Amino acid sequence: MYLNQFLILAAALFCIGVYGVLARRNGVLVLMSIELILNSVNINLVALSAMNGDVAGQVFALFVIAVAAAEVGVGLAIVLLIYRNRRSIDIAEANLLKG
Amino acid sequence: MFAAEAAETAVSWFYTHAWVIPALPAASFVLILFFGKRLPFKGAEIGITAVAAAFVLAVLTTFTWIGDVQAEIASHEEGVTTEEHGTTEGGTTEEEAPATSSEEEGLSSGEQAAPAIPAAEEEEEGAHATRGAPIVTERTWFSNGADTFRIGTLVDGQSVMLLFVVTFISLLVHVYSTDYVHGDRRYTHFFAFLSLFTAAMLYYVLSSNTLQMIMGWELVGVCSFGLIGHWWEEKANSDAALKAFFTNRVGDIGLLVGMITLYFASGNTFDVVEINSKAISGETSHTALLVASLCLMAAVMSKSGQFILHTWLPDAMAGPTPVSALIHAATMVVAGVYLIGRLYGVFWMGLSIPGSSINAMAAIGAVTTVGGGLLAFVQRDIKKVLAYSTVSQLGYMVTALGVGAYTAGMFHLFTHAFFKACLFLGAGSVSHACHHSFDMKADMGGLRKYMPKTFATFIIGSLALAGIPPLAGFWSKDEILVGTGVFPGTDGNGTYWMPFIFGMITAGLTAAYMTRTIWLTFFGEYRGHAHPHESGPRITTPLIILAFMAVVVGFLNLPEPLVSTLGLPEGWAIRFEEWVEPGGIASFPAIGHASASLPLALLASALAVLAGFLAWRYYQALYAKDPHAAEYTDGLRSRNSLAAAGYKVLDNKYYLDHLYTGIIAGATKGPIASAAYWINQNIIDGIINVAGKFSVGLGRFVYHFIDQGMVDQAVNASGQTASGSGQFLRRIQTGQIRQYATLMFGSAALLVAVFIIAI
Repeated sequence: MYLNQFLILAAALFCIGVYGVLARRNGVLVLMSIELILNSVNINLVALSAMNGDVAGQVFALFVIAVAAAEVGVGLAIVLLIYRNRRSIDIAEANLLKG
Repeated sequence: MFAAEAAETAVSWFYTHAWVIPALPAASFVLILFFGKRLPFKGAEIGITAVAAAFVLAVLTTFTWIGDVQAEIASHEEGVTTEEHGTTEGGTTEEEAPATSSEEEGLSSGEQAAPAIPAAEEEEEGAHATRGAPIVTERTWFSNGADTFRIGTLVDGQSVMLLFVVTFISLLVHVYSTDYVHGDRRYTHFFAFLSLFTAAMLYYVLSSNTLQMIMGWELVGVCSFGLIGHWWEEKANSDAALKAFFTNRVGDIGLLVGMITLYFASGNTFDVVEINSKAISGETSHTALLVASLCLMAAVMSKSGQFILHTWLPDAMAGPTPVSALIHAATMVVAGVYLIGRLYGVFWMGLSIPGSSINAMAAIGAVTTVGGGLLAFVQRDIKKVLAYSTVSQLGYMVTALGVGAYTAGMFHLFTHAFFKACLFLGAGSVSHACHHSFDMKADMGGLRKYMPKTFATFIIGSLALAGIPPLAGFWSKDEILVGTGVFPGTDGNGTYWMPFIFGMITAGLTAAYMTRTIWLTFFGEYRGHAHPHESGPRITTPLIILAFMAVVVGFLNLPEPLVSTLGLPEGWAIRFEEWVEPGGIASFPAIGHASASLPLALLASALAVLAGFLAWRYYQALYAKDPHAAEYTDGLRSRNSLAAAGYKVLDNKYYLDHLYTGIIAGATKGPIASAAYWINQNIIDGIINVAGKFSVGLGRFVYHFIDQGMVDQAVNASGQTASGSGQFLRRIQTGQIRQYATLMFGSAALLVAVFIIAI
């Protein structure tokens, strides 16, 4: 097994995701970046599960996928509402909570 | 011998349940108040029924008591001479000295140890008879720490005698009132108060401790206030009620102080028997007893109308006549005399009665007899004559107790109750016939033709009062004069010259003023404008009963020499003394008994007859000239300047009312009040002003320095801190999700770094 390769892939995906979340202003892209982060975690879970011969990790990954689907549903709904209100999906403009 | 059983059977039901007697009229009071007006006789029937029941119980108690005392005497006589009934009767007697019973259904009333004769002493002198030991029935009222306060009844000769007198006269007065106050606007209220008064007096009489006595005493005073002011719409009546109440309050202070002194001096006890026993045994200090006696004398002076606090009693005649008869002649005013008798051990030791020649009680009583008697001469109002006569007779009773003639005083109380009630009710009957006037000079005269029954009973009452033998007043008055121990061969408890002389003078005065009253009321020509008529049977029947009693009750206490001289049965002598006066017990002083003297009796009677005769001749001569003479002159005082001056003093009642209202009250109102005002304005107000200014200054200092400077600053500082930190923190709150995410990821990275480094 080449565990390291999977871990490096996951870490790369995680970093790309984090960058996307922090740097992009497009709401849809932010959601997509979050998906990248979640999937990097899933890669980790599956890889380590396979290495240890324990399916619990893979089951856990399935849960994460399900929860991520729900999260995307809610997130896209939010983005849609932001667009309806502001004719834009730039999340930098959604700053009503500014103190 | 027959220890417990004998004691149990010896205590009669009537003794242990004596509380029922006052409870009956008390219940009647409540019932009349709530239901009286709706009943056919407006509540009178409840009052009469209750008092009649109480009377029956009182009579049964009296007979039980008399029977027990006779048994005690008999057992002692037999114990000395034969052995016949010695076992059973002797056992009874010995156990009866400490006879005390507790209520069967009582909560946890322990036995109260009535001080008894030490058994050893009694066995040593078996001939020394003990009789009439008080029977105390008590239960715990409340307790406070180590002190337990009890409530109960005390039955002895004195209280039994008063039970009989109060219920008897109260019953007759109730019956009389149904006619006398018929149609009155507060008829029901009147009967309610009569019941309450009867209950209060009976409660007082049966009190087993001084706390209860104070309660009864005050209750009696309140009822007196209510009944004197029965017709309160007229200011004079409500003034009289207030005067009676306030004058009594003066004495009540003495009562309170005296009772409290006794409480502490006798070792924290209110118990009458214990107080008396400790006083007699010398356990209580003489100084305390003296102080207590003098304080209690003040109470006696106010309640029993002794000089100089008697002024309320004549004014109390503003009440309805039955009230005057019941309260201000026969029962309530004897509460003071009863107090002396009840605490006789205290007075006996405190005032050093035996073997002396004068003491405060005897002196006050003696002055009162003469002072009251003289005042009776100048009254136009028939009831006021009787009121002053009551004052005078109460003086006799107090004198008797003051000189140590206990039985004489109690006997005079007993006889006086009957003939004075008879006289008062007679006066009411007269006034009933004369348009409710009491003015002898304007509205009476010649009434003997119109009201023969009232006339006859009034004459009997007057003769009894004047001490004409063989009527009741003669026997009791004679005993008092004998009791002073001055007259040769009498040998009492001391040589009380002043009471003796004053008593003799009063014997003459009484006959003279009663002759004047009878003359003005019943003889001569009728001077009023009404159509006098005899009163109805509900008024005359009580009069006849009382007149009968006024004739016969004197024979209850015939002196021993007389009985032996006349060859009467030996048992007729000194009955009353045996029944009422306890003998040989620890709670009653050993009193020396004066022996009767025939010359003294003859002298006093001759004096009374002579005085009456002179007064009779005087008024006969005066009215022979002009039937309306008394309307404008009294003859003597228009010719003799000394008599005129004396009349003026008497007419102004020795200026005592002037002293009270003018000088004492006036001084309080005038100089003392202005002095008080000056002190108020200049000193008290000054102090208050200074205090106020200081407070203002202090307030300013506190406001400026503490409140503004410290408290507010602290509040402001905390607010500013919160505000500043908020201003600082709001910069973080940008609303930019990416920034939050940055912070979150940065923090997470930081935490990871920390974990990695730490682990």
